[in-house]
Parts: sequence; structure tokens; C-alpha cells
Amino acid sequence: MKIVIVDYDTGNVNSIKNMLARIGATSEISGDKSIIEKADKLILPGVGTFDQGMRSLMERDLVGLLQEKVMQDKTPLLGICLGMQLLGLSSEEGELPGLGWVNFRAKRFNFSGLENEKQYKTPHIGWSEAYSVDTQHTLMKDVPAPHRFYFVHSYHFSASPENKSEVLLKSTYGYEFVSGVCKGNVLGVQFHPEKSHKFGMQLLKNFIH
Amino acid sequence: MPIPRVIPVLQLKGRGLVKTKKFSNSVYVGDPLNAVKIFNEKEVDEIVIVDIEATQKGYKPRFDYLQDIVSECFMPVSYGGGVTSIEDIRTLNKIGVEKVILNSIAVQKPDFVKAAAERFGSSTIVVSIDVKKNLFGKQEVYSRSGTQNGKKDPVEFALMMQEYGAGEVLLHSIDRDGIMGGYDIDLIRKTADRLSIPLIACGGAGSIQDFKNAIHSAGASAVAAGSMFVFHGKHKAVLISYPTRKELEQLQTNEY
Repeated sequence: MKIVIVDYDTGNVNSIKNMLARIGATSEISGDKSIIEKADKLILPGVGTFDQGMRSLMERDLVGLLQEKVMQDKTPLLGICLGMQLLGLSSEEGELPGLGWVNFRAKRFNFSGLENEKQYKTPHIGWSEAYSVDTQHTLMKDVPAPHRFYFVHSYHFSASPENKSEVLLKSTYGYEFVSGVCKGNVLGVQFHPEKSHKFGMQLLKNFIH
Repeated sequence: MPIPRVIPVLQLKGRGLVKTKKFSNSVYVGDPLNAVKIFNEKEVDEIVIVDIEATQKGYKPRFDYLQDIVSECFMPVSYGGGVTSIEDIRTLNKIGVEKVILNSIAVQKPDFVKAAAERFGSSTIVVSIDVKKNLFGKQEVYSRSGTQNGKKDPVEFALMMQEYGAGEVLLHSIDRDGIMGGYDIDLIRKTADRLSIPLIACGGAGSIQDFKNAIHSAGASAVAAGSMFVFHGKHKAVLISYPTRKELEQLQTNEY
């Protein structure tokens, strides 16, 4: 099986490849269209700003190809951190539109009005729990409970009546936010499975099988 | 509140791990690769690796060597030491370093922090602020491993770094480094009070109670320690350790 980690000059791609290797899977890091085209599974990493991410994808002429792979060929794709946010419609952080595959818009954390407002710093950095909304979903199978993962982000997705069916995981940081999404073959997680020890390892194992 | 992060700090000198006292008298502690493997097995929250000679000796981060070390980490790694360009940060990211720590460069060229945050996002940029009392007893920001006085007030400098886009501040008390006598609670408190980004306390940790003080009395979002995790006992035998899950859970509240 060909697992391709999309290289669009953002994200620590090596960490993902490394963890995949540790769980016995070979993967390729590539921004080359001919390689991405042949992928059986795709991982879209991402660290940085929204517009930078979208611009990087556009500059490498990858948007169209990814649309085709994901929407037409139904290739399973996992977006990580910024990679997940790019799957949405847009972000408060930027002006460019996202890939638009899931019905979410990234918003900046805002704790005004909360009781212990001052305690909540931005970015949200650290280990937090992720609760499965759909406990039967294969992505979370056998992940040690309570599920804990490493987060580092200033923007997040929120649940609404319109995107209810696409919410996979929820977490709390001051208030509840969406930490995992799924829509058919499109999956996304806000946290970094590649840096979340045994929790991330099991999640990635589930994704590649 | 999520459980506050507890972060081992590893000081690299050459190919060895060392531990300093007040940023000098470095003592050899072991092989970095080995230490990292042990921390990985213990599932630590995250790790900070600093090359304490890079800036002084004028060399770039040793990417190949770091890649070997980082590939053993399945938790986040932050690296600092000799980072002076956007390219350095890009390469570090590529080899698996989650967050890049800027120290001397932030003091010398604050604009670089702005550029780096813009390029990589605040979440990738940590500014490490080393603080020492000057000859007159006033705390100031020092760079180049505590040898150069940047003549800046720590709190004002931390605020400036936040404004320039740093995602986190690592506040390091040089005076308390290696003594395991407790953090500089006043310094941490007055800085954390003004910041809206997370602050990692460093320098002086000797016990879980020190962690609690930093978090609950001073407002630190995370606590870092060096000596406490590499030495054991009165005679400072080298032993890599880390709090148990139970001890970590205790940090959520200020009670026993």
C-alpha cells in the first residue's frame, strides 16, 4: 500500500514518517504530483498559518489533484493540525478559502467571558483528552482510554447543527471545540498523533489499515 | 484545566549531555540518545533540547546529529541553540522538531522573531529568556549563555516577544539554574501575569512542590527541569527520572 505524506513545505513530515516506520509502515514524503497520484492513502500535515498552507498547496499545483484523489477516487486522507483546518471552508486566520471538504470554519480561541479567563493562554499547548462522538469509528479503535493527545494550536473548529454529522472528536480547553472530523474518506485531527506516543501510534495504525 | 506540562530540559555540549549550575560548571551526564530513549519510554509530555555551545562557538544547529536524537522521540521536541535563520527553522521542522527556541537572536534582532512567527506560525516559535541579576542586583535579560547583558527588563522583553508573535516564552532563571532550590516565583508571577501566551518556568526545580508553586502561585502554564530529572540523591548520582502519572495528576490542583 502506498502511503504518501504530502510535502508542501509545511509541517514536520519526518515525525510522521518516523512514527509510521515504527509501526511497520513505509511511507513516502512527496510534493510530486505523479507520486501523490498513485497514493492509496494520503496524509496532509501542516504547521504554520492558514493562508501560507493554502498558498503552498496552490503554488505546487496540488489543489486540483487532491480534489480529484479525495472527491472522485475517494482516497482516504488524514489531515493533521493545520492540515485538518485546511480541509474546512475558511479560517479567521486567513483570507484564502480552504479545500472545502468539511463544513467547518476555523476560529481563534476566545476566552472572554469565562470565569477563569486569565488561566487560558493561547496557543493551546499540551496534552488534552479527545472524546469520541462516534465510539464505533475505526480511527479510534483500541486507542488507550482516556484518549490523550498533544495539541498546539491557536485556531479551532466548532460544532454546529450544520456539521454535526462530521464531528468525530471533541476536546475542551476553556470551552468545547472539535478536535477530530470525518466525512467518508476525509479525516482530520487537530492534535499531533505523530507526537502522541502510544495514543497516536494506535490512531495511525488504524488509519493505515 | 488540562494537566500542566512537565518538561525535561537536556543540555547538549559536543556529543554529550551535560548539566550546568548557573550556566557554568557543566558536568557530563551521559549520552543524549540514551537519555531521550529513556524519556520516550517514560512517555514524558515533551522535551527541550538546547545546544549550549552553538551560539558561543558560532556554529549552526547540528541537523544530522539532532535528527538521530529526534527520531527517538514520539513526543514533541523543542530545540534551541544557534538558530539564526529562517532556513534553520525550516530544516529543524523537517527533521521533526516541533518548536524552535530562539534565544540570543531574539535579543540581538527582535525583528527576526516577527519574521519567524509570520513564516511558521506562532505555535512553532518559542522565545527563551535567560534572566540574571546584574552587578547592582537588578534582573536583566542575558544572551549568549548568560555572558552578554542585553540590558532589557525581563517582563517588558517577554511582552515584546509576545507582540512579535512568539507562541510561548521559556523563562529561565540563570541564578537558580542547577541548584534545585525552587523556582524564582516572583519573576515567574510578574511575567505570567502580563502574558496571554503560555509561560514555561525553568531554573531551580527540585521537587513536585516546586512545580505546584510555579503553576498555582505564579501562573506558569508548564514547568521545565534539568537537574531534577538527571540527578538523584544527595551525592547527585546520575539517574534519569520523571514523575509518575499520579504525581503529574496532582499538579492539577494545589492540594496534597
